[in-house]
Amino acid sequence: MNWGSWSEFFAMGGYGVYVWGSYGVTFAAIALEIWALARRARRSHAAAP
Amino acid sequence: MSATIRWFWFASPQTFFPLAGTIARVCWIGAALLAAAGLYVGFFVAPTDAQQGEAYRIIFIHVPAAWMSMFVYVVMAAWAAIGLAFNTRLSAMMASALAPTGALFTFIALWTGALWGRPTWGAYWVWDARLSSELILLFLYLGFMALQAAIDDPRRADRAGALLAIVGVVNVPIIYYSVQWWNTLHQGASVSLSRAPSMAAAMFTGMILMALAFWLYSIAASLTRVRCIIAERE
Repeated sequence: MNWGSWSEFFAMGGYGVYVWGSYGVTFAAIALEIWALARRARRSHAAAP
Repeated sequence: MSATIRWFWFASPQTFFPLAGTIARVCWIGAALLAAAGLYVGFFVAPTDAQQGEAYRIIFIHVPAAWMSMFVYVVMAAWAAIGLAFNTRLSAMMASALAPTGALFTFIALWTGALWGRPTWGAYWVWDARLSSELILLFLYLGFMALQAAIDDPRRADRAGALLAIVGVVNVPIIYYSVQWWNTLHQGASVSLSRAPSMAAAMFTGMILMALAFWLYSIAASLTRVRCIIAERE
């Protein structure tokens, strides 16, 4: 286990902005693609994606 | 001989449609499970890096995304070439279905690279051979999508896009070997097929799990998208 507390985990040894900025934007971009795909699938055919 | 017949059977969009749905569902679930395992290993098992501290944890998305950005392009260009050579509708549709996901991973590789470059190099961006050729890859994906969107006739759009995709494939070895051919700020490969990885085992495991998750994600997303393209066109 690397982290003593949640605040240590979020701080990432002082690199929190860079690490969470990377993971946050990656997660958001992938979520956006999945949302766009689900919407396109609903419009093009009835079955769920 | 029977195997050959089966392949041509699935080359028809109508027969491929339900198969793609089944494969996509399995891959969505596999990608989610592998990503959860990869993130667990990446944040809770892999140790702090001696030189870079916690900033190195960006590696678990940066390297797999960069691998996928190149790999998806090669697969896209291969489908485009098959579509151009044999005039098969489904091949061209697969190329179109892969482009947005490839562009997504290229964007993620560039974005996470910038946020990793700032604390380690002191700059978000430098015009180094690796970074510049990866940026060109993003423009190739966006150019392919824009070109296809600009042409109304889908068969003509397929052929024009295929030409662009095939010409652009020369950029992929340039990205891959850029760190050897030029004196770049970007470091060389830590992982290669010919020797043991130069990193801790847990770091390597986390990276491979995330790479497999991105791999399955790409299959799931492109097959889901090709089903939309089939339904819209046929």
